[in-house]
Amino acid sequence: MRLAKAWTVTAKDFKTFTKRRTIVYYLIWFELIVSIAMPLIVRFAERRSKDPAVVLPRVISAFSLWFFIGAAVLPVSIASYSLVGEKVQKSLEPLLAAPVSDDDILVGKGLAALLPTLVATYCGTVVLMILIDLFSVGRLGYRNYPNWTIGVILLLLVPLAALFSVGFNVLISARTNDVRSAQQLGSLPIIPLAGLYVLTEIGVITLSVTNLLVVAAVLAAADVVTIAAALRAFRRDAILTSWR
Amino acid sequence: MEHSPMIIAQGLTRAFNSMIAVDHLTFSVAEGEIFGLLGPNGAGKTTTIRMLCCLISKTGGEATVAGFPIAGDAHTLAIRQLIGLVSDNVGLYEELSAYDNLDFFGKLYDCTAKQRREGIERFLKMLDLWDKRDVPVGDFSKGMKQKVAIARALIHDPRLLFMDEPTANLDPESAKVVRDFILELKRQGKTIFLNTHNLDEARRLCDRIGIMKTRLLAINTPEQLTAAVWGRRTLIELDTVTDGIRESLEALGPRHLEVDGNRLQVEVTDPLKENPDLVQAIIAAGGRVQYVEKLEPALEETYLRIVREQA
Repeated sequence: MRLAKAWTVTAKDFKTFTKRRTIVYYLIWFELIVSIAMPLIVRFAERRSKDPAVVLPRVISAFSLWFFIGAAVLPVSIASYSLVGEKVQKSLEPLLAAPVSDDDILVGKGLAALLPTLVATYCGTVVLMILIDLFSVGRLGYRNYPNWTIGVILLLLVPLAALFSVGFNVLISARTNDVRSAQQLGSLPIIPLAGLYVLTEIGVITLSVTNLLVVAAVLAAADVVTIAAALRAFRRDAILTSWR
Repeated sequence: MEHSPMIIAQGLTRAFNSMIAVDHLTFSVAEGEIFGLLGPNGAGKTTTIRMLCCLISKTGGEATVAGFPIAGDAHTLAIRQLIGLVSDNVGLYEELSAYDNLDFFGKLYDCTAKQRREGIERFLKMLDLWDKRDVPVGDFSKGMKQKVAIARALIHDPRLLFMDEPTANLDPESAKVVRDFILELKRQGKTIFLNTHNLDEARRLCDRIGIMKTRLLAINTPEQLTAAVWGRRTLIELDTVTDGIRESLEALGPRHLEVDGNRLQVEVTDPLKENPDLVQAIIAAGGRVQYVEKLEPALEETYLRIVREQA
């Protein structure tokens, strides 16, 4: 694998995304909504709750998971345009005819989906942390962020979830011929993550660092399987003869 | 014009499960030659190009392109660096401009910034698209897109160009621009492997033609293919064809002779030697010759006959 070739593919995809405003808006709006709406809910809870010292930490902790979920959601839109978009435009054949390896292309496309996701997620998290601390510090008497939980989420769970989403979307791209279907099917990994969020909200699971590390280990194992399957699926012979 | 072969295929085969798409293809293409591959839909032409471009693997036989075998990662990368492909779909990035499309592929082919800049300007000017270089190709007509696809295949100055139906779906004017461009590339010494359905195009452009239907049915120059199928024939138009004229021609030796009104179709082996004898015999028998011409059946008739006979 040659990183310079992969980066050429990534840079081309970035250029394409800037012309497709829907992708840019999707990234910005998702993070804006999460990073501003969540603190406003905290603000509301802080004013209405009779026992904010108990309620607020649980609500705030569960909100952190939204960035984990976001990391799985955002690559869906980008990866589906990046891979299925190439299929729709029939531009994969000339690309595969160029002196680039399958891995160069796959890594390039993976980076094109991963990097904007991580940048948007980290920017959104910074805004969220500042606003939540601003709204809650008066009632709690301490600043909630930064803490180990958000550290594990941002540094481990977010990249692992994004990577899983990219790998899963490569597999989906081999079986779909239009961007919308790819986006719908590619969103399936969100279901278990949303389940995790609900369990956290209702207090079944606590977001302790240990629990998050267990989730990270499961996700890392899922990543290995998914990426291995994606690498097998993304072979030029298979793309031109078996992909639909 | 003897050059080393740019492509050598020996029993090249590709099967998809139990279906054989390309069956033991054996041929070679010399450097600087335009080689045309003709065949009906599903004959295996695109599969052949894809194997030679190292896009899909072979399931049997051997082939080399520019001296490299079409198997193994190192060889296939080297082959892809030396060739250009104009696929049957233009496959451009519609959101990007013509310039950006070409620049991206120039980078993939390791062209320097200067080479890319000069190459893009040269080809877009040659193809009359320079003024539209910053327009997204999604706004281009089919003909303009096809020109960009051709420029994309040439941006790294390949020695060998594979073209899969390059004029399909183009209007006559755009098709002519593309054909003229192909001839210009030949003048520059490029080797061109052309898949086409357009028999007139094949006759005008190709040095040699291969006709395939899963297997290679025939391979030769357009003229020799026609001669091999139909023989050489001379068409003689008279004011009237009499029995005496027929008898005097038959007396010259056994040969295929067809009469159609006042026209005679005579099979000849050596037209330069035999045609004067034919004319002399007709005049001696009291005939009045109006026209004598070489009869050339269209390549289409030759193609159809070869494909039908082999089927």
